[in-house]
Amino acid sequence: MALLADLVNLNLSDCTDKIIAEYIWIGGSGMDLRSKARTLSGPVTDPSKLPKWNYDGSSTGQAPGEDSEVILYPQAIFRDPFRRGNNILVMCDAYTPAGEPIPTNKRCNAAKIFSHPDVAAEEPWYGIEQEYTLLQKDVQWPLGWPLGGYPGPQGPYYCGVGADKAYGRDIVDSHYKACLYAGINISGINGEVMPGQWEFQVGPAVGISAGDELWVARYILERITEIAGVVLSFDPKPIQGDWNGAGAHTNYSTMSMRSDGGYEVIKKAIEKLGLRHKEHIAAYGEGNERRLTGRHETADINTFLWGVANRGASIRVGRDTEKAGKGYFEDRRPASNMDPYVVTSMIAETTILWKP
Amino acid sequence: MSLLNDLINLDLSDTTEKIIAEYIWIGGSGMDLRSKARTLPGPVTDPSKLPKWNYDGSSTNQAPGEDSEVILYPQAIFNDPFRRGNNILVMCDAYTPAGDPLPTNKRFNAAKIFSHPDVVAEEPWYGIEQEYTLLQKDTKWPLGWPVGGFPGPQGPYYCGVGADKSFGRDIVDSHYKACLYAGVNISGINGEVMPGQWEFQVGPSVGISAGDQIWIARYILERITEIAGVVLSFDPKPIPGDWNGAGAHTNYSTKSMRSDGGIDVIKKAIEKLGLRHKEHISAYGEGNERRLTGRHETADINTFSWGVANRGASIRVGRDTEKAGKGYFEDRRPASNMDPYVVTSMIAETTIIWKP
Repeated sequence: MALLADLVNLNLSDCTDKIIAEYIWIGGSGMDLRSKARTLSGPVTDPSKLPKWNYDGSSTGQAPGEDSEVILYPQAIFRDPFRRGNNILVMCDAYTPAGEPIPTNKRCNAAKIFSHPDVAAEEPWYGIEQEYTLLQKDVQWPLGWPLGGYPGPQGPYYCGVGADKAYGRDIVDSHYKACLYAGINISGINGEVMPGQWEFQVGPAVGISAGDELWVARYILERITEIAGVVLSFDPKPIQGDWNGAGAHTNYSTMSMRSDGGYEVIKKAIEKLGLRHKEHIAAYGEGNERRLTGRHETADINTFLWGVANRGASIRVGRDTEKAGKGYFEDRRPASNMDPYVVTSMIAETTILWKP
Repeated sequence: MSLLNDLINLDLSDTTEKIIAEYIWIGGSGMDLRSKARTLPGPVTDPSKLPKWNYDGSSTNQAPGEDSEVILYPQAIFNDPFRRGNNILVMCDAYTPAGDPLPTNKRFNAAKIFSHPDVVAEEPWYGIEQEYTLLQKDTKWPLGWPVGGFPGPQGPYYCGVGADKSFGRDIVDSHYKACLYAGVNISGINGEVMPGQWEFQVGPSVGISAGDQIWIARYILERITEIAGVVLSFDPKPIPGDWNGAGAHTNYSTKSMRSDGGIDVIKKAIEKLGLRHKEHISAYGEGNERRLTGRHETADINTFSWGVANRGASIRVGRDTEKAGKGYFEDRRPASNMDPYVVTSMIAETTIIWKP
């Protein structure tokens, strides 16, 4: 298959100016990523210079067969770590031919919130900790777990090393470099408490780019697991019982929170979030009730509580922030299958725009 | 096998002026590609400068044993993505020693149609969407499907990502770059609705080159699947039941259609095609009746219909074209195993030359 690798790795810059652009969008379930590629006549770095495109929405649950065209608007460009050269990945969102965002397009509304002058003035930063589980293909049982059985209980696996403790590191490490190559602001990775579960963090990212970067990071991860022959799961509680779930803790700050006296702003923001707990939880990912039980480093789904350094709380404030009197806080409620456009914009909306 | 790769990848430009030319032709079934290679004393870029050649037609069902020589006329040159350097692929068509095109030589008649002054004046453009299915060697069951069973129903696979949704991407991606390297005007690729099925698009190409480029792209694809140990199928309905078929939708426009007021020229052209529906269908690929059922995004084989953005019609006009009042249309009837020389020239003949 090395011959195939020679072809996949051909550097076309020597023989043509043409580039390949992979347009990426979110399908009808709100979590299924889709993509297809097209040839462009030369390198492009500005998304507004990319052509709009369209796809068959009737095949993704997003349009009827007799009126199936859904239009793709390019929103952000990243370097393609698989094709390299001048080839690109393009994060898009989806519209009807009339120019209306389709119902599953959560980016459009998020972009509106982020362009509100009050929000823009506060320059909201996000750091998202994306957890995920790797599953063996065909059996859908976690990677490294014995078929028909379970590994030893949680304990040795968090940040663990060794063939009996870390499963799938090649996927995680290639993802890390691929994301850096792509231009995603990936800030770190670690092995998680449940064996076969991992985490990467993206941020700090400002406003709408947090969602764009997280979605493209998810896309790159799924392309890599595809190569590895392993299945990627964003289920928030993949294995019932005494096994951790998977979340997408969202760290957040505004300019006021990062400035002197910011700790008071943080406390007020957390109060507002507490008043809208139910609304946020409803938008924080399907199946989260299986994960937010009050055990396994979560807060119960019906309870809103916050605390410094408290991993059993809905919202955790770090000791650094408490000490400095300014900084950021961590919303631990979002599930791994949350939509970052929804979560990031909702946190901004509630804490900056909403009046109780 | 890396020693073998070293030899295959030898760059001969350092040691000799000689080049290798792979002559490609279509065999007796009209779909089987054949090729053999010869050494030439130096680089060649003009097909008319290449020598004619011949092959044993009695081994391809194209000539009797006692008079077996079939003559190859070189028609188009492409860069060889497998041998690289100055080596070339040569698309040929086949003639008797007396100079007559063989019955299976569909290029000859197509070239005649494309040199008709009325056709030349209209500069017909083609964009062909070639669908195909990858099959596991030996079992001939689609790639990624469990042997003896079926994957989950269609839905997740169109443009899908992930080890459980996308089967054979390395073949598709190496084909994309190999075609660009070769000089084929490949405009894009996407995963199709049925798992294990893919599509690439070639175009826009003018006149006879549409056929040349599709045949070369098919040849490159079959060489790549050969490397991958996977079988390539152009059958229009590889799996009966609730699984999409494979087509070769042919997008078409003439200069008049691309100019202001073109939408009326398009409508007139579609009318003419409607009057010759049976003739076109009989030339649009063997076994198409298993595919054109009226379900799975096709129009029933006995019905001629057209519509804007309607994937269930025989002919689809895109919303862009409708909005701009000019553009192109898509003939969705051709099967994946159609001969592009036949289909492209017939569409030109019916819409430009034929009078009802």
